[in-house]
Amino acid sequence: MTFEIIEKPIDVTELIQTLRHDSAGAYASFEGWVRNVNEGQDVISLEYEAHGPLAVREGEVILAEALERFELLAAMSCHRVGHLEIGDCAVWVGVSAPHRGAAFEGCRYIIDQLKQRLPIWKKEHYRDGHSDWINCVTGKTSDGV
Amino acid sequence: MIGVTARYFAVFREQVGQDAETLSTDAATAGELFAEIATRHGFDDSMTRCKVAINDELAGWEEELTDGDVILFFPPVAGG
Repeated sequence: MTFEIIEKPIDVTELIQTLRHDSAGAYASFEGWVRNVNEGQDVISLEYEAHGPLAVREGEVILAEALERFELLAAMSCHRVGHLEIGDCAVWVGVSAPHRGAAFEGCRYIIDQLKQRLPIWKKEHYRDGHSDWINCVTGKTSDGV
Repeated sequence: MIGVTARYFAVFREQVGQDAETLSTDAATAGELFAEIATRHGFDDSMTRCKVAINDELAGWEEELTDGDVILFFPPVAGG
């Protein structure tokens, strides 16, 4: 059970190996990708900023919660920070379990909680030259609630 | 009056123009200090949507401040 904040691209092939278990009959994962449009605006790239130590601590709390709530054998996740391009993987969650039900549910729980709780911020850069911090109100924007 | 360090992240850092500042304040709690800073720097996000950490531990807005504390102000998060 590990949560990581990383600056380099996420290597899913390597991460999956940490979930291997002889009694695992199911593996479920989620990848969050950078997309080229948000709220009708053309996105060209984005930046993630994190408070690393607190993000790791909170991420590991979330993974521990998932292991307790669902019949999982292992859970792992990592989130990238820095400058990302369209199509890049920003976040990965993987879990293994004896059966698929717990794998799907546990994976869903982890990504939903990560998005709500991790001290990570996202700044989108748009084709028209401006940029915005997502979910933040700055007087000129009112996106997100 | 106590002396504390305020640290800012993401949009807050950009609005303040620096990532940290030392302050003398009469604020008794993290929430009171946030209100003071939000007014001075023109933060528009409500306290309920933001988070605070004191000395690298997530804290509640009602948490009392002590001389020398480092208070981290987190704007609304957007991971994933």
